[in-house]
Amino acid sequence: MYAFDYQKPSDVGGAAAAMKAEGAMALSGGQTLIPTLKQRLNQPDTLVDLTGIAGMSGISKEGDSIVIGAATVHRDVATNGDVQSAIPGLASLASRIGDPQVRNKGTIGGSLANNDPAACYPSAALALGATIVTNAREIAADDFFTGMYETALAEDEIITAVKFPIPSGSNYQKFEQPASRFALTGVFVAQTAGGVRVAVTGAAQQGVFRHAGMEAALSASFTADAAAGVEVSADGMSNDLHGTPAYRANLVKVLTKRAVQEMS
Amino acid sequence: MAKDFGIGEAVKRKEDVRFLTGKGNYTDDINRPDQTYVYFLRSPVAHATLNSINTDAASSAPGVVRIFTGQDIVDAGLGGVPCGWGMTDKHGEPQKEPPHPILANGKVRHVGDPIAAVVADSLQEARDAAEMIEIDYGILPAVVDMAEAVTGGPAIIHDEAPENLCYDWELGDGAATDAAFAGAAHITTLEFKNNRLVANPMEPRCVLGEYDASTEDYTLYTTSQNPHVIRLLMGAFVLNIPEHKLRVYAPDVGGGFGAKIYHYAEEAFVTWGSKQVGRPIKWTSDRSEAFISDAHGRDHVTKAELALDAEGKFLGLRADTFANMGAYLSTFAPAVPTWLHATLLAGQYTTPAIHCRVRAVFTNTVPVDAYRGAGRPEATYLLERIINKAAQELGMDQAEIRRKNFIRDFPYDTPVALQYDIGDYDTTLNRVMEMADYAGFEARRQESASRGKLRGLGLSCYIEACGIAPSSLVGALGARAGLYEAATIRVNPTGSVTVLTGSHSHGQGHETTFAQVVSDALGIPYDSVEIVHGDTAKVPFGMGTYGSRSLAVGGSAIVKAMDKIIDKGKKIAAHLLEASESDIVFEDGQYKVAGTDKAKAFAEVSLAAYVPHNYPIEEIEPGLEETAFYDPKNFTFPAGSYLCEVEVDPETGKIEILSLSASDDFGNIVNPMIVEGQVHGGLVQGLGQAMLEHCEYDHEGQLVSGSYMDYAMPRAGDMPSFNVDTRDGTPCTHNPLGVKGCGEAGAIGSPPALVNAVVDALRGHGVEHIDMPLTPQKVWSVINGATAKQAAE
Repeated sequence: MYAFDYQKPSDVGGAAAAMKAEGAMALSGGQTLIPTLKQRLNQPDTLVDLTGIAGMSGISKEGDSIVIGAATVHRDVATNGDVQSAIPGLASLASRIGDPQVRNKGTIGGSLANNDPAACYPSAALALGATIVTNAREIAADDFFTGMYETALAEDEIITAVKFPIPSGSNYQKFEQPASRFALTGVFVAQTAGGVRVAVTGAAQQGVFRHAGMEAALSASFTADAAAGVEVSADGMSNDLHGTPAYRANLVKVLTKRAVQEMS
Repeated sequence: MAKDFGIGEAVKRKEDVRFLTGKGNYTDDINRPDQTYVYFLRSPVAHATLNSINTDAASSAPGVVRIFTGQDIVDAGLGGVPCGWGMTDKHGEPQKEPPHPILANGKVRHVGDPIAAVVADSLQEARDAAEMIEIDYGILPAVVDMAEAVTGGPAIIHDEAPENLCYDWELGDGAATDAAFAGAAHITTLEFKNNRLVANPMEPRCVLGEYDASTEDYTLYTTSQNPHVIRLLMGAFVLNIPEHKLRVYAPDVGGGFGAKIYHYAEEAFVTWGSKQVGRPIKWTSDRSEAFISDAHGRDHVTKAELALDAEGKFLGLRADTFANMGAYLSTFAPAVPTWLHATLLAGQYTTPAIHCRVRAVFTNTVPVDAYRGAGRPEATYLLERIINKAAQELGMDQAEIRRKNFIRDFPYDTPVALQYDIGDYDTTLNRVMEMADYAGFEARRQESASRGKLRGLGLSCYIEACGIAPSSLVGALGARAGLYEAATIRVNPTGSVTVLTGSHSHGQGHETTFAQVVSDALGIPYDSVEIVHGDTAKVPFGMGTYGSRSLAVGGSAIVKAMDKIIDKGKKIAAHLLEASESDIVFEDGQYKVAGTDKAKAFAEVSLAAYVPHNYPIEEIEPGLEETAFYDPKNFTFPAGSYLCEVEVDPETGKIEILSLSASDDFGNIVNPMIVEGQVHGGLVQGLGQAMLEHCEYDHEGQLVSGSYMDYAMPRAGDMPSFNVDTRDGTPCTHNPLGVKGCGEAGAIGSPPALVNAVVDALRGHGVEHIDMPLTPQKVWSVINGATAKQAAE
């Protein structure tokens, strides 16, 4: 770890101001950032700890949405009764991120802002058509994820909450990479007011994406057979020690099918 | 008292109280006044000349005490890291043994090769300074693949080893084996790779060197399985420090699995360097560093052939193995694919003719050495896989083909240089088949099939040579040390006992098991026995712990020393009881005059030895302390049968291990709970190798799986609840405890059991073999490749 300055502002305005400084980075649960700092893979001048900001964590049901504060840890999402009954796929997803330490420290805002191509949360945000609320604006999930570790967030923009419209059905299927236990491929299927949405994480080089073919097939016929009949192209899929593009494409199909089976 | 804590009792481990409450004393817990820290700058490339190293700016960085490079080591006239085993090749020539510098000298040969040692007031400052060192690398092509390496291109790693060959060695009667194949009704061929592994003990390596200028004494605190071996190798061959001026202390050590046997450059550096800088120097490996600096394990590429008659009787076995040595020879590396591998190729079977060729190859990778099982897992995998393939080809049952070939007459001389003293392979096989409900498998397979899953059952019958080893034998085979063990029994005046053992416990529970042996023999309370190990300043010259040798060899030395204690005690008791020494018997902690009720307790005799007022002082010395060295007469031969049952998800290739049943013959058992725990640990490591762990280099020699993000360690959730039976083994015939060793069995027997099970599950798909690890992707690809092939046919 290199030396850095540390700030822990108590409000969003203070945090945004601190983030404007050259070499400033936001710290939330730290479950990705701290290990990279330890390995000297990252050298921020200042870490701006967001966990001291009042009102940034907690879960509430507001009308047809579940609103989750950005600093809410995975464990709280996994065990919250409202989430479990309204969006069971989301609670289930949160319960399977990392290990108990990660789930007790890692936050939803941190995960979305980092946009690891194998992280679980981006698939839920995208499939559920979530709105990412920041100190400056509201961003639709469809516009938020812009590439591997890339998001629409500005340098000094801080996620404060995530609004999830309650779907009529949701399910997350995760096939773990054997070493890291991140999603080698993860598929989130949601039955939303605007039709079936299928978001895939872990599989593609550019990170989370919606699978148009699956969405069309399942909107027409919400059956496992419909999913099984969709051609899943291996183009753009990642290739590494743990999975070829063809293998990942196969997993997209198998996991989508299984999600539908569990929802039926 | 002895009864509840004696031999055969499942006594809870003494040492766990301190381990589980965070009170262990590990090397990194030790800090010395005015200590410095060293950061090793390691090569980021696999093969390069070091055209220049500029440490000027780094040397004046804050906190830096001094920076050392290979030139400083050369200038000091230090030796390189020595190899402890010298093989002779099939032409009678010695192995190629190129130098292994402490810090790279003009050239780096693997990613992780240490180039500079930055000593500073803090680790942080040492790391900061290391980043300021400027190195001009002359990048050379790297060679990672062994088949490519022995052709001589693309790179020669050492001038001393043209064709990158360490040795080309053979064992067995080639002509007899050829004849056996010529007369065979069936020949089964199997080509496979035994995957490279990283040991990954929970505690990374750590060393702390300290030089006392006033006494000229050196102390090395280190994470070692064998402190005396380190003292000998480092003192005599590297630093030229006489033994009486060098103390090596390995306190609590958090797992070794072989990787902490060897003498490493970091040990030599901190010991020597502490004198150069006049302050103690500490180094603690982090996990990433362990991946590129700890010796790796396995990594064989083998072609095997088995000749059978029409009834499935084995006639001959041929094996041709390439064994990866990595970039340098680690301490025991040359012995692993030869004397610990080829000699085990008879397995549990009467195969009359066996020939094995082994070519040891240098590559631009981390050195490879013994890892839990060391050569024996590779031999077992070879045999147990090819036997299942033969059974598959001949349409025979996997248990039946083995039973047809079991050795049943002991002692048995194998065609590969070993003599098995005793065994009973039918019993362990019968037992495991009951445990796993072998007969009911077909119904279970159909039940799985009804859910779209593929179920398979895999058998493996292993044998291993443990309790290493007779010194004169291993000396003839190339060992540069003896492999006896030492023990001192120090009876204290009031009758408690301190045992000083040359064995080293790094998770095995010696403090408990050895105390049980002593309590049982001397009839004294278990809590009155203290086991001391790991410190060359305290314990007699011992050879340490590896090769499942501690109880069979170290325990035997303890028994021999106790025999001397009892003999002396009888003389004292005879005097106290006014009886003839020949009438004294020792039982239940009492010296008794046979046939009378006259007796003296162990503690009374002990006190007399230290307060010799009424004492046969003319005949014997006061005091009660004896040392014994035990040199084994033969290896011990633990053996057993494992059955693994799996279910494969054909859509994803994911394997679920449904059950693992293990029936082992370890001879007599001192602590069944510890033995079962050892089997559990071995099974997890073996199944981890078979299903998860894979140390992968790319063509440039970069370690692709260099962290837990890509190197898959087995976890509890990957494992079933094990079904282990270790009771009533056949006692070893040549050591006083009748014990064989249990530490490695699980890692030896389980990999082929799992692979056999998966291949069995996929039998409808025309699959003959899958190389370890059986990752979901690989299994899926094989299913789909095979399915596509079948469709094309």
